[in-house]
Amino acid sequence: MAGLSFDLIALQLFAGLALGAIYVLFAIGLSLIFGMLTVVNFAHGAFYMVGAYVGLYLISIGGNFWICLVAVPIVIGLFGLAVERVLIRPLYGRGIDYPLLLTFGLSYVMVECVRIAFGKTGYPFDTPEVLQGAVDIGVGYFPLYRLFVIGATAVVLLALWLFLEKTSYGLIIRAGARDPQIVRVLGVDVSRVWLIVFGIGTAIAGFAGLLAAPLQGVIPEMGGTILAEAFVVTVVGGMGSIGGAVLAGLLVGVVVSMTSLFAPEMAKVSIFALMAIVLIVRPQGFFGRAGLMS
Amino acid sequence: MLQVSQLNAWYGASHALQDISLEVTRGEIVCLIGRNGAGKTTTLKSIMGLMGRARGSVIFKGEELLRQPAHVRFALGLAYVPEERRIVQGLSVRENLRLGLVASKHKKREAELIDEIAVIFPRLAERMDQEAVTMSGGEQQMLAIARAMIAKPDLIMLDEPSEGIMPVLVDEMFELFRSMKAQGTTVLLVEQNVELALGIADRAYVLDQGAVVHQASAQALLADDEIKERYCSV
Ligand SMILES: Nc1ncnc2c1ncn2[C@@H]1O[C@H](COP(=O)(O)OP(=O)(O)OP(=O)(O)O)[C@@H](O)[C@H]1O
Ligand SMILES: [Mg+2]
Repeated sequence: MAGLSFDLIALQLFAGLALGAIYVLFAIGLSLIFGMLTVVNFAHGAFYMVGAYVGLYLISIGGNFWICLVAVPIVIGLFGLAVERVLIRPLYGRGIDYPLLLTFGLSYVMVECVRIAFGKTGYPFDTPEVLQGAVDIGVGYFPLYRLFVIGATAVVLLALWLFLEKTSYGLIIRAGARDPQIVRVLGVDVSRVWLIVFGIGTAIAGFAGLLAAPLQGVIPEMGGTILAEAFVVTVVGGMGSIGGAVLAGLLVGVVVSMTSLFAPEMAKVSIFALMAIVLIVRPQGFFGRAGLMS
Repeated sequence: MLQVSQLNAWYGASHALQDISLEVTRGEIVCLIGRNGAGKTTTLKSIMGLMGRARGSVIFKGEELLRQPAHVRFALGLAYVPEERRIVQGLSVRENLRLGLVASKHKKREAELIDEIAVIFPRLAERMDQEAVTMSGGEQQMLAIARAMIAKPDLIMLDEPSEGIMPVLVDEMFELFRSMKAQGTTVLLVEQNVELALGIADRAYVLDQGAVVHQASAQALLADDEIKERYCSV
């Protein structure tokens, strides 16, 4: 019994990390966009959902999963660029609630369009063949695809880290998130930086939607659920903090996974309980800056 | 080099600048002085393109700037060191300096220009990889100036650079302005420390309640106790 439960807990922990990886990808985009543009992107879930549907569509016309891994973030990223340029940009300087309402409305439009194009019911999404099955990770057999999700997330995080820390564009983004005015005075066209950050954030959301599709299938409402959970992640991690989003995303994944093992009926509530506890102890989250919203 | 005429600017409904006209010729150090709230900062912000609403004319190297955004004015050779220094949190001294070059035409010569600036600012050279906001106020001010200078602007505007800085560093800084001038950089300086500023300036404008009330050579103004008493704090 003791050995069995240890292995079971360890496996569940890994399952939590895979779930958390999706939260991490979703939340870093949300956090990046908020930290830079002070836009709370309520359409982030819709970009995630459309990412999964674009994958579904590409596979239906003969593409494979590997093509999707490259094409989906590009398509969703371009879509994100267009949304920022056309819809969000005119609202800068009018307060945080304008883009919030706009993206909120946009998410409904996107969900409705997908319902019209693909129907209201969901679809299963096949796990690519080479990633089917399970591998022995020492404590038991673990689904290969979930390992892949963890690995792919690590690759995205590493690439993003290198981009932000090692390139001059990353330097501009890090500085612009703290003080857009000084960056402007130093010759940077800040509106272009905002555009690109929005594109990167939504591209990662689309990628996350695609990764999540084989785990849970695709339905038009899939974005709404993860958006609510990702808000918990960003609040726990600290609004606008990427490191916080990573840590909190994994933590939330593990908490959900563990409570669904020990107290399945508590699984959905557990993350909100976690959020409440963190907010009481540290109102700005793990790495948040106090007063960012004021 | 810079001709400002009939410049007006507003904060919401409040009319902060009223028909400001001033001129800065290449190679000069020109000083703006006046009491707290006279409109000195607002004048610099308007020239840099940071005021939401501004009317009139700002001509820099023959080009009308008023409709141009701040980053275009930078590209034309205008630099601005704001009152609050604005050293970016979370970045090292080196990264703050690199930030001064990311959008500049000298970007490719980054390493060389950082070495060059390190010679001019030995205090920064010792602290290149330290987080910039952990330095003293004076060192941060030096960094703000270095960050603006590194892209080799034609005209640099400085807003109260000596504020809250220990006297040794202030002397060092004013020595630097002199050598900047000697190397052909034009300087538009806002200073509370009037005696000191007039000591290095060629000419000065006196602002009061958003308008230019007096202009004179620095020497003449230094001798003019009445004007100084009427329009300058201290
Ligand atoms: N952000 C702002 N919003 C509204 N009014 C402002 C703002 N900044 C400055 N003002 C007003 O505009 C006028 C000019 O201010 P400005 O900051 O240009 O003065 P200053 O000469 O730089 O003063 P100081 O010596 O205190 O720096 C003042 O009456 C000030 O109260
Ligand atoms: Mg001022």
